Amino acid sequence: MTRVEAGVEHRFGPYGGQYVPETLMPALGALEEAWLEARADDGFRAELAELLRDFVGRPTPLYLARRLSEAAGREVWLKREDLNHTGSHKINNAIGQALLARRMGKPRVIAETGAGQHGVASATACALLDLECVVYMGAEDVRRQASNVERMELLGATVVPVEAGARTLKEAVSEAIRDWVTNVETTHYVIGSAVGPAPYPAIVRDLQRRIGDEARAQMLERTGRLPERVIACVGGGSNSIGMFAGFYDDPVALVGVEAAGEGLATGHHGAPLTAGGRPGVLHGALSAVMQDGDGQITEAHSISAGLDYPGSGPEHAWLRDSGRATYVAVSDDEAIAAFRQVAKLEGIIAALETAHALHYALSVPSDSAVDLVCLSGRGDKDLAEVLARG
Amino acid sequence: MNGIDRIATAFAGSGKRAALMPYLMGGFPDLPTSLAVGEAYADGGADLVELGVPFSDPLADGPVIHAAGTRALEVGATVDGVLELATRLSQRLPVVVMTYANLVLARTPGGFAAALAGAGASGLIVPDLPLEEAPAVLEACDAHGIALVPLVAPTTPDDRLTAIGERARGFLYTVSVAGTTGERRPAEDAYRDVLSRAKAHTDVPVALGFGIGTPEQASAAADAGAEGVIVGSRLVREAAEADDPPAAVREVVAAMAQALR
Repeated sequence: MTRVEAGVEHRFGPYGGQYVPETLMPALGALEEAWLEARADDGFRAELAELLRDFVGRPTPLYLARRLSEAAGREVWLKREDLNHTGSHKINNAIGQALLARRMGKPRVIAETGAGQHGVASATACALLDLECVVYMGAEDVRRQASNVERMELLGATVVPVEAGARTLKEAVSEAIRDWVTNVETTHYVIGSAVGPAPYPAIVRDLQRRIGDEARAQMLERTGRLPERVIACVGGGSNSIGMFAGFYDDPVALVGVEAAGEGLATGHHGAPLTAGGRPGVLHGALSAVMQDGDGQITEAHSISAGLDYPGSGPEHAWLRDSGRATYVAVSDDEAIAAFRQVAKLEGIIAALETAHALHYALSVPSDSAVDLVCLSGRGDKDLAEVLARG
Repeated sequence: MNGIDRIATAFAGSGKRAALMPYLMGGFPDLPTSLAVGEAYADGGADLVELGVPFSDPLADGPVIHAAGTRALEVGATVDGVLELATRLSQRLPVVVMTYANLVLARTPGGFAAALAGAGASGLIVPDLPLEEAPAVLEACDAHGIALVPLVAPTTPDDRLTAIGERARGFLYTVSVAGTTGERRPAEDAYRDVLSRAKAHTDVPVALGFGIGTPEQASAAADAGAEGVIVGSRLVREAAEADDPPAAVREVVAAMAQALR
């Protein structure tokens, strides 16, 4: 079995690396050093743990979804990351990196956001720690996720709409990197997913693996056994990598659910891991990406802003190639159906991103008797988008 | 003469205080016009040309060059199309191709270097391929006589400067400020520091780029010790806005060349 060693990896198999302008290379080195020190520092760990407990509300519950289990024909356990303060798993990483920014003496934080969840989490962490916060967000996502824009501004952050390209997450990340190149001396870039140049994918994984570690301990405590499958949605892949990391050494199937959008065959999707093909470099790392023959990155499509991304975290690409995890894709229509179904069955309005994973657990036949699904975020932000579809 | 030698000859024989290297976005505003703009650079007194192959996600570029690249791709620019430009322009002056890592890796380093050599290009600049990621591309470029030109920034510490300077081919591209490409207010004071540090760590000529948009800034770069001056966004803006782009850029390049004599 493949085990990805914990640590600050630069490569996961052939994937990852640091494909960034020279200006940023010293900052990436300094970030890696700061993270290694912080991770081993009792004071830092204690402060993070205290904030996650008292401010975020961790540990999040593990919930046996009874009616959902009946519908699926197997036990379905939900790891309730939607019950975190700010409504998603993104706060786990944002608080950790904001603490790191303060530790590095950087008074200014920048972040990108797709669905707005990471932007809200970053704005929240910056308000808490008195850091300046600037959030880059594609103009299309500003439209789709208006309530999250208002939240960020209320929290004191500046939201910068990005008009380039398809005006979604990819362009927001690019613009955040350009800001970082320009303001690297004063600024820490709190990247929100398990993507980007090393050491980011490892840092985000380290901060998000609390999800998997908690869920594993909770399953054992509650049931005395492990789930047969662990299922999570994958955009860049932060909730999924955090969940999976808790189970790398266990005989547990890991399933990442990407966005099939309008269907894999249409090319209008956000499923680079499932679709396969030649790896490529996007946002500083070599990984599975959607691209044409020349190497131009193509536009992703998903109803969910958080999965509307043509790249993927490099550790996921390696988990796929090594066979440790499998990746599947669920369409816009299937995700919306699951969104509605889970609301009625369980009284939980899940994020559209999460609804992709829920569809897979609910509707795709399997021999599994016990599934654990990462309920990565709540779906209040998606109501307008779903209702507009009728 | 291979590409590395041709670049060395262009720097040594410019007849100016610093060689002048304007940047051209291949395929912008369309392929024929960009060829005419490149020819106008040569007519105006350029010593080399930096030929950009547009990429969908240009992390090192500011708004002007980013927008030009987006437009070039919208009107159908391809790697092969821009390399045809290189074939034409390399008959007039050395061509240093600038593009991003994914386009190089998509053809494989060996395939891309061979295509450059086949198009008569002399060098390659890849702004998102730092020292650590460069070995395979450097090896492929060396095998085809193409100069892989590395970049150094104001943030680059001395130990990295040494390692980068040792592996530099053709020239060393010194970034004048932390930031993306684009015109800026004069920052001549900063030029001297980055240039003297770069020159202390390499044997190849040192060129300065990012933010140089006026003859005065070009002259100040030469005064500060630059052996080459790279002008990008100022000229791309001219190509975007002028009624007669070739005539307009020729005038700007001629003024820059005059300032460097």
